[in-house]
Amino acid sequence: MANLAKFRRNRFASVLVLFFALGLVSIGFSGVNKLVTPAAAKIGSEETLVDKGSALFAEGCSSCHGLNGQGTSDGPTLAGVGAASVHFQVSTGRMPMAAPGAQVMRKKPSYNEEETLALAAYVATFGPGPAIPSEEQVNEWQNASVSEGGELFRTNCAQCHNFAGSGGALTNGKYAPSLGQATPLQIYEAMITGPQSMPIFSDETLTPESKAAIIRYIQELNKSENPGGMDLGRLGPVTEGLILWVVGLGVLIIFAVWIGARVR
Amino acid sequence: MSNTTANKKTPAAYNYVDSRVGFSAALKRNLRKVFPDHWSFMLGEIALYSFIILLLTGTFLTLWYKPSMTEVIYNGSYIPLKGIPMSEAYASTLEISFDVRGGMLIRQIHHWAALFFIAAMVVHLLRVFFTGAYRKPREFNWLLGLGLLTLGLLAGFSGYSLPDDLLSGVGLKIASGIVQALPVIGTWALYFLFGGEFPGTEVISRLYSIHILLLPGAILALVTAHLLLVWTQKHTQYPGPGRTEKNVVGYPLLPVYTAKAGGFFFIVFGVTTLLGALVTINPIWLYGPYTPDQVTAGSQPDWYIGFLEGSLRVMPAIEFNIFNTWTFSPNVLIPALILPGLMFALMGAYPFLESWITGDKREHNLLDRPRNAPTRTALGTMSLSFYILLWIGGGNDIVAMAFNMSINAITWFMRVALIVVPPLVFIITRRICLGLQRNDLDKLLHGKETGRILRLPEGGFVEVHSPVSEAELPKLLARETYPVWELPQKVDANGIKTPKYRRQLMKAKLSAWWTKGDLPIPTMKEIQSGQHHAHEALEQAHEFGVEPGKEEIVTSTNH
Repeated sequence: MANLAKFRRNRFASVLVLFFALGLVSIGFSGVNKLVTPAAAKIGSEETLVDKGSALFAEGCSSCHGLNGQGTSDGPTLAGVGAASVHFQVSTGRMPMAAPGAQVMRKKPSYNEEETLALAAYVATFGPGPAIPSEEQVNEWQNASVSEGGELFRTNCAQCHNFAGSGGALTNGKYAPSLGQATPLQIYEAMITGPQSMPIFSDETLTPESKAAIIRYIQELNKSENPGGMDLGRLGPVTEGLILWVVGLGVLIIFAVWIGARVR
Repeated sequence: MSNTTANKKTPAAYNYVDSRVGFSAALKRNLRKVFPDHWSFMLGEIALYSFIILLLTGTFLTLWYKPSMTEVIYNGSYIPLKGIPMSEAYASTLEISFDVRGGMLIRQIHHWAALFFIAAMVVHLLRVFFTGAYRKPREFNWLLGLGLLTLGLLAGFSGYSLPDDLLSGVGLKIASGIVQALPVIGTWALYFLFGGEFPGTEVISRLYSIHILLLPGAILALVTAHLLLVWTQKHTQYPGPGRTEKNVVGYPLLPVYTAKAGGFFFIVFGVTTLLGALVTINPIWLYGPYTPDQVTAGSQPDWYIGFLEGSLRVMPAIEFNIFNTWTFSPNVLIPALILPGLMFALMGAYPFLESWITGDKREHNLLDRPRNAPTRTALGTMSLSFYILLWIGGGNDIVAMAFNMSINAITWFMRVALIVVPPLVFIITRRICLGLQRNDLDKLLHGKETGRILRLPEGGFVEVHSPVSEAELPKLLARETYPVWELPQKVDANGIKTPKYRRQLMKAKLSAWWTKGDLPIPTMKEIQSGQHHAHEALEQAHEFGVEPGKEEIVTSTNH
């Protein structure tokens, strides 16, 4: 002890004491914290989902959408967008955004399904909006009529997404994306939330039965059955013309050169 | 020649037919008819063979197709359209595709062959243009060819509309809008063509009669006239050894040319069938039946109407109201009617314009090499660049999607490019042609560069030149120049006004523009001395102990 007391006038003693005190406080805090958190968890699993979402949101979304989802100059407010919108944007990989541009592109999602649901639950607390459709609602497409779906698709969707859902250009670099990778749930969510340039198709505009039929028709398209052979991207006559000039006429001209070549 | 009596050597069957038909003299003469041989002379054949394929497959399709706009409920074997109301025309096209054995294949062959037909005509036209094959005496055949191209476009568009699917319906809607854009008579013309309001119940059956009767008949008649003229005027040929304006060097019709041409027919049929079997074309089952309240992204016509689609898409929106009463829309009239009218009028007038400018009224059976007519070649590539830009403009949405670009930016780029790019292409092409001419002239006057450098005893370096080969010489000598007309005097020495002063002035200016940058034609003496020098240089090279190479062996036959 005497040795230690002798050390107390050392110039590093105060620093050492400071670190010791800091360590004591942090250990004490984590102990108290551990006592508090399990108590909150007991209230319900919804709350943990929201909390988890809150943490993920603060980490991955708040830099553009604001700490409370109020929006900043880099991103819109999320109050009232609803869980369906968050689930659509995050599960298609559009959010978080890679770079600002005319349109956010579909890419590999950054969050797994559980994290996505947590984010959706958290954002839903900002204000009322469309909820993620239930499994029964989405799976209704399996009982829907494919030909009715086709008729509805051509009336409501084809003008932007093209006759086979291959996508199409919109103004100023925006576009209606290809539907080839969209899952039934994502299609449903897109219809009720209207992401980016897409209009919202409320249940008054398109009844749940009509939505199911449209999903059914898109599933039919995505089977990619081509009774006529290679489909050339299902983009219409432009690719057909390209193949004709490059492959068709190219081959015939090669043959013509071969026939016209003189025997030497 | 006209000896038709039986001959010991001729087979009995031949005599049997000949004594009843009596064509042997004409046959004998014509079967030995000589055709020059070059791959570019077979492009027109592709069009002819495609037309034959179109007639054969088209006949098959008429057996099942029903040209009726009566509404029916589909109950065929394509499930995604079951129970949908549609026109009988669309339902019967679905039947051909899914329920008639081989129907899908024949339908797809028919459509691919239609694309080939017009593409081959265009490529053939380009060959004829760039080699000057339309010059006297073939101006009429040029016009016949343009007539065939026009009929081909009409046949294509009318056939494209027949299935009454969503895409072709949109095409017809655009066509109806173009008809309405005609000043004064537009609305009446629309009612006349469609038998009432668009789409009505008449247009499909009317297009059908035109597509299977009127147009193929007219095309057949023009093809016959086109080929008869080729036969009587004989085919043109490229300059080469032994080829003159007065002879034809090539193979006789029988057996060589018949074998080649006949074989080529099967190749064209084979390639078309392969495409029809392997690659989907016009998937009408995906487009769905036409109803005026639907439209699909990526609505485009087939490629041959693509330039008109482009001109329509690129045209800025201009519309006038005259006295607030009559709407006048030049934004449709100019790109869809005036522009193609102007294009075809210019093409038709071109051979006559050129011969007026150059003053060349001679017969031409030897073709021009494109470099030897720089202004013509430049005009051709200029027009081609305009046409290709229109194509891209017509596919602006697909281009925007494929390359992640803004459709608005593409449209604005095209508006500027259509005015800026063709003149640039003109200037660049003419410079390239003149450069190639200089290269030819250099070969004539100094011989060919051999790439072999010699060091002279004095220390200098020279490159050995070898004389141009016999086979190449006629090609290099084929170039001609045309006179520049003198600028006319408005009033002559006696104070009398020059008749047709303005026309003469224009002709003089145009001929100066036509021949701008032309190189002088070397005299035979200059060429001979040039070739002689090259030969001497070679011999000198031998003296210095250079190993004889391939060039020497070829050129040694020169003297």
